[in-house]
Amino acid sequence: MAEHGVANIWRKQKSMYSIIGSKCTTCGEHYFPPRPVCPTCRRKGQLEEYQFKGLGKIHTFAVVRQAPEDFKRQVPYVVAQVELDEGARLTAQIVNIEPENVEIGMRVRSCFRKITEYGQGGIIVYGYKFEPTMKVTGHD
Amino acid sequence: MSRRVAIIGVGMSEFGELWDKSLRDITLEAGMYSIFDAEISGSEIDAIIIGNMSAGRFTGQEHLGALAADMGGLGNIPAYSVEAACASGGAAVRHAYMAIKSGEHDAMMVLGCEKMSDVNQTEAMKTISVASDWEWEGLFGATFPALYAFIARRHMMEYGTTEEMLAQVAVKNHANAAHNPWAQFQRPVPIEFVMGSGMLADPIRVLHSSPISDGAAGLIMCDEKTAKKYTDTPIYIESSTQASDTLALHDRRDICTADAVVHSSKSALKKAGLKIEDIDVFELHDSFTISEIMLTEDVGIAEKGKGGQVVLDGLTEIGGQFPVNTSGGLKARGHPIGATGVAQIVELALQLRGDCEGRQVEGAEKGLAVNIGGTGATSIVHILGR
Repeated sequence: MAEHGVANIWRKQKSMYSIIGSKCTTCGEHYFPPRPVCPTCRRKGQLEEYQFKGLGKIHTFAVVRQAPEDFKRQVPYVVAQVELDEGARLTAQIVNIEPENVEIGMRVRSCFRKITEYGQGGIIVYGYKFEPTMKVTGHD
Repeated sequence: MSRRVAIIGVGMSEFGELWDKSLRDITLEAGMYSIFDAEISGSEIDAIIIGNMSAGRFTGQEHLGALAADMGGLGNIPAYSVEAACASGGAAVRHAYMAIKSGEHDAMMVLGCEKMSDVNQTEAMKTISVASDWEWEGLFGATFPALYAFIARRHMMEYGTTEEMLAQVAVKNHANAAHNPWAQFQRPVPIEFVMGSGMLADPIRVLHSSPISDGAAGLIMCDEKTAKKYTDTPIYIESSTQASDTLALHDRRDICTADAVVHSSKSALKKAGLKIEDIDVFELHDSFTISEIMLTEDVGIAEKGKGGQVVLDGLTEIGGQFPVNTSGGLKARGHPIGATGVAQIVELALQLRGDCEGRQVEGAEKGLAVNIGGTGATSIVHILGR
């Protein structure tokens, strides 16, 4: 199936490995993943590459207990919407914490992890997950 | 001067895990029943439109338009399918509405179908999740129930929505489905049973979720003049509207409001010259119980944040002021994805005809259906009247 291709991950490496999105210099809005058009300014928009700092807080989350094949080995796992400090939100797993301790509003920072593997002999997909900053740096 | 568009026939296959029936069997069934119901001849039908999300992944078969024309013996008329994820059925109804209104076609068969049980459950889950932003949500482990859990958890935090409220939607819809002969689950469930069911993605439980279903629904739609040849009491489509929102849930202005539903339901009421109080019966897209709660707010039945409370108060029961999902909804009638939007219209048409024994809203004159795709990236609204 299409989503099991190699090229479709390869061409997104920059964004998936380093959280590179875009910033519109006209309105100052940040976007992740990168957008081809600024939805606010459209033709007047001017998008440039922007590397997010990888810091933010948990906007909402779920504890996944039933997952498709690619994620079966990881259940239960926490997946969340993280609101990045620059304003954009993204969807990522939360790691390095027990599911029952995750809370809305918790400060998190990005880390580089294996996301999934595409079956036997398929590629291994890497990218961002997030972990509590408290655990790593000792402060919010 | 554009023409009024009428519904003169409805048909359904049974909904459920139909292991003994194929995609073509159920699609043909819904089409045939709708033709019989309209008492129209197949030769009068001048086009077929099918709502389907993912027959290619669920069954390996695409090109459903030609398949339906062929299996139904309808000859060389134009036939094709449209896709808008879980709103594919609504898109088919809206497409036929526009085609008839424009004068291009006079009498059309509208079908919605999905055969989901030919693949195993994990494969089905994966296919369902391509209705979200697959590359930036699904790929990172956000299953479809997880995305609705995002909404539910936030709704609970912001508005105090409770687990009991989430469960009560399922209880109400199962009670309604007990009187729907096409429903997948024709039985009530006690609230303890819902609240104790297994977790899919906290706080979403199995019984907060619509099931994996096979099923098809059909309509015969035509212009007013043609309708009068077949019936004295056609059901009219008073308005048909559609709106979009961001594909990914994380890009929404507010994840607890489906802006596309707000826009499309407002404009549907305006076009029909009606207010929300004028609507007697609703079919709202309850793929998860939290979505019924959110949609009752977004169409204007309840204030934002009060969608859970109105369910507890009985406002949305049959006999309440705003009966929602008399068919059992996606939760209990079943949710064969592409069929759902058409099945909603079938239910409203039957309600307005007075043909819903056991679940009839007495004297219903106007009905409103909201069919959403993904987590609300597409919303299609129809208002029916008699």
